Amino acid sequence: MAEDSETKKVFDAEAAASLMKELRGTYASGKTRSYEWRVAQLKNLMKIVDDHEKDILDAIRADLSKPEQESYIAEISIIKSSCTRALGELNRWMKPEKVKTSITTFPSSAEIVSEPLGVVLIIGAWNFPLLLALDPAIGAIAAGNAVVLKPSELCPATSSLIAKLVGKYLDSSCIKVVEGAVAETSALLEQKWDKIFFTGSGRVGRIVMAAAAKHLTPVALELGGKCPVVVDSDINLPVAIRRIAGGKWASNNGQACIAPDYIVTTKDFAPKLIDALKHELEAWYGKDPLESKDLAHIVNSNHFARLAKLLDDDKVSGKIIHGGQRDKANLKFAPTILLDVPEDSLVMNEEIFGPLLPILTVDKLEDSFDMITSRGKPLAAYLFTNNKKLKEKFVKTVSAGGLVINDTVLHFAEKTLPFGGVGESGMGSYHGKFSYEAFSHRKSVLYRGFAGDASARYPPYSDRKLKLLKALLSGSVVGVILALIGWS
Amino acid sequence: MTGSGVNGMIGMEGGRVEESIGELRRTFRSGETRSAAWRKAQLKALLQLLRDNENKIFEALKQDLGKHPVESYRDELGVVEKSVKYSLSHVDEWMAPKKSSLPLIFFPGKGQVLPEPLGLVLIFSSWNFPISLALDPVIGAISAGNSVVLKPSEQAPACSSFLANTIPLYLDSKAIKVIEGGAAISQQLLQQKWDKIFFTGSPSVARIVMSAAVKHLTPVTIELGGKCPTIFDNLSSPSDTEVAVKRVVGGKWGPCNGQACIGVDYVLVEEKFASHLIEMLKKTIKKFYGENPKELKDISKIVNKHHFQRLHNLLKEPLVAASIVHGGLIDEEKLFIEPTILLDPPLDAEIMTEEIFGPLLPIITLKNIEESIEFINSRPKPLALYAFTNDEAFKRRILSETSSGSVTFNDIIIQFVCDTLPFGGVGQSGFGRYHGKYSFDTFSHEKAVLRRSFFLELEPRFPPWNDFKLKFIRLVYSFDYLGLILLLLGLKR
Repeated sequence: MAEDSETKKVFDAEAAASLMKELRGTYASGKTRSYEWRVAQLKNLMKIVDDHEKDILDAIRADLSKPEQESYIAEISIIKSSCTRALGELNRWMKPEKVKTSITTFPSSAEIVSEPLGVVLIIGAWNFPLLLALDPAIGAIAAGNAVVLKPSELCPATSSLIAKLVGKYLDSSCIKVVEGAVAETSALLEQKWDKIFFTGSGRVGRIVMAAAAKHLTPVALELGGKCPVVVDSDINLPVAIRRIAGGKWASNNGQACIAPDYIVTTKDFAPKLIDALKHELEAWYGKDPLESKDLAHIVNSNHFARLAKLLDDDKVSGKIIHGGQRDKANLKFAPTILLDVPEDSLVMNEEIFGPLLPILTVDKLEDSFDMITSRGKPLAAYLFTNNKKLKEKFVKTVSAGGLVINDTVLHFAEKTLPFGGVGESGMGSYHGKFSYEAFSHRKSVLYRGFAGDASARYPPYSDRKLKLLKALLSGSVVGVILALIGWS
Repeated sequence: MTGSGVNGMIGMEGGRVEESIGELRRTFRSGETRSAAWRKAQLKALLQLLRDNENKIFEALKQDLGKHPVESYRDELGVVEKSVKYSLSHVDEWMAPKKSSLPLIFFPGKGQVLPEPLGLVLIFSSWNFPISLALDPVIGAISAGNSVVLKPSEQAPACSSFLANTIPLYLDSKAIKVIEGGAAISQQLLQQKWDKIFFTGSPSVARIVMSAAVKHLTPVTIELGGKCPTIFDNLSSPSDTEVAVKRVVGGKWGPCNGQACIGVDYVLVEEKFASHLIEMLKKTIKKFYGENPKELKDISKIVNKHHFQRLHNLLKEPLVAASIVHGGLIDEEKLFIEPTILLDPPLDAEIMTEEIFGPLLPIITLKNIEESIEFINSRPKPLALYAFTNDEAFKRRILSETSSGSVTFNDIIIQFVCDTLPFGGVGQSGFGRYHGKYSFDTFSHEKAVLRRSFFLELEPRFPPWNDFKLKFIRLVYSFDYLGLILLLLGLKR
């Protein structure tokens, strides 16, 4: 590094332009295209996570006070398994896909060839600061792109560690980390990227898309939404409760895009459900959750204040039936359950992204399905039931990025399923092969020979030519033969 | 946006746009468009519309663009008929959920991807193929079960009017509407909330569309164009060369007289073959379009005065005019420009920096045909790249070293009618794709569904945390089933 830490330059528009120029040059050289280069980078990425597990866990703890096991499950092991999968499948992903051709283009052969988009920008989020920066990067690298990573500035220890380790282990002529906040991100967004992959809020997602629109850059936006959990009464309650509580509070204390946001259940079943939840919470976090080491903290005072405001809302303060304890100085917030808050309360009109869990009760569960989707399609929606009809109705009518029946959040770990939103929860998807495709252009290739030139295509036009064209375009072999016979 | 002032007034006023869209939303919410039966009924009705109105379509295209019925059939009507039939025979298959195999650790569990309609979609089509570029995306939107608004280009008014008048007679007008108009109507439409916008046209208008889409986080597909290069290698066989030249001429002036996003923009050829190529091009042009340049047959006209002026201006630059080796005749009244060939116009002239979209064909000479790769790479990525060559190694180089929406070897434009190939751009030629199943996909959301049961709970997923649970999770993530069993049996350290 030329500069020392004292004279560190601000990353401004000029720096962004120069960075882009450098990366375009490297990309044009073809360096990122080879299978060998991609494999080497992916293997080194594995090494980062293998050799620096402790440093990573320390950084995440410093930034978010997340329990180590959570960080391990949600961040480190998913990166490892993504890398492993990419390494194992890359050969297959890179192969051209042969496709059938019809008599319309006979004789011909065709295939679809995958190629990298070029120079891509990945903007990570703060709640899973390692995962949401590196997981998309795995796809971008596997697809042969040059990459700029912008990790979240709300996690300075992790951001700095990512910059250091990526700089040390990966090919820094093609893969770069730019640290910074609004100013640096704006400078980056002014450039013309071949793709921008963004994880974060809908508000910032719009800013990213607006910047992309100026250059007609394709974007993938992984946003969030209010992920509902609909709970029926005919279920294995202890298992369901663990899965709901796990998805909510064991995922960064509710600060996750696919964490259950609120519950919908029947008036009859609610007391039993609430009882079971309270019980489980105590078993997990003890009588005083603020003392528990297994609960992640709120990321910063802004978000803490935001959550406090949701609870202090007049419409809601009388509805707290469990929890509500908070420690502002240490950014600790206890799992809190609310019962039947009004639908126009703040807590029901924005993504909670925290440990508050409203429970809404209805007479019939199906009545809630419309309400769920009318609030803007969430990233995930969950249903707990053994009733087959209810399952089918839910799957058919509830639109969300992904659905899970009888569990929560697990689909995130299943790499054969595309992970992404729809409507307000985002656009585009990734994980597994979908990550590779998110950063690729699938180029159509048609091979023709010179034999069999249908002169019906060319002027001077005539009725006979029209007949033959009709037969050719309809794919009718008989028609073609008849037209040809009629011709001669 | 371009568009005449008068056309901006024709069509709906603001309140009525909202009303129409409200109706479409209600129809979509009712679930009516979701059934396979509805989708197929609409597609069948569309097929009937095409069959019943063949002559009306030919007339409208003749009026707007001077297209001959054979060209109209080949490039528009036939393409759409083929698309409808293909979609009809595949829509059930496309609608079916796709199973994904889950690893053992998720047992028991089932994963699938379920396509569902996005909801309410807006389709903007362009003027050069005003029937096919309007109806092809509509076919995709309907197959995928959406409600649709089609906004045809006002620069092809006869076709726009045909679509607006005829579609309501055949298709379900509670779910599928045509809204005519110019820039004013388009702006109003863009203010509404759409679940998808599909745009074919120019980059400047595309930016307006995508910027408007930001408000509601509406996903967009943008189909643009670019300068589609044609590499013309030395084909040692004279008969191959003859066929190749026919295809180049047919691919340049055939589709809407050069006004096509995937038409030949310019040709790259080795110096020593240039004059032979030009001779053959001239001969073929005469053969196809007639001897008298003032009375050309079977060729479309330039769409309007604006584009005529634009093309005329390209030729006005002195060095460009000096490079004309064939053609150059113009008739402003008839909006006619003769097929014109230019030899090595200056590379910084507008004719070589902007998409031509007209009947002017620059021939650029190179010392060695392999230089064409670098030439193409120093320019924005085009929608299509064409190469006439029998050199397999050269083909491989072209494929791996250049980037474009698509590549076609030894022919022009025909990739457009191949339903199994995705059609779309990259970089400056756009993003997103359609045709065949890709049309269905582009108007669908692929919803992941994971089904689990309560049986076999993996307790170590949850707090309170301890070392055993951490070990367990490590093994789960590396799919180390043996290790897991050993751990559970207390045999693993």
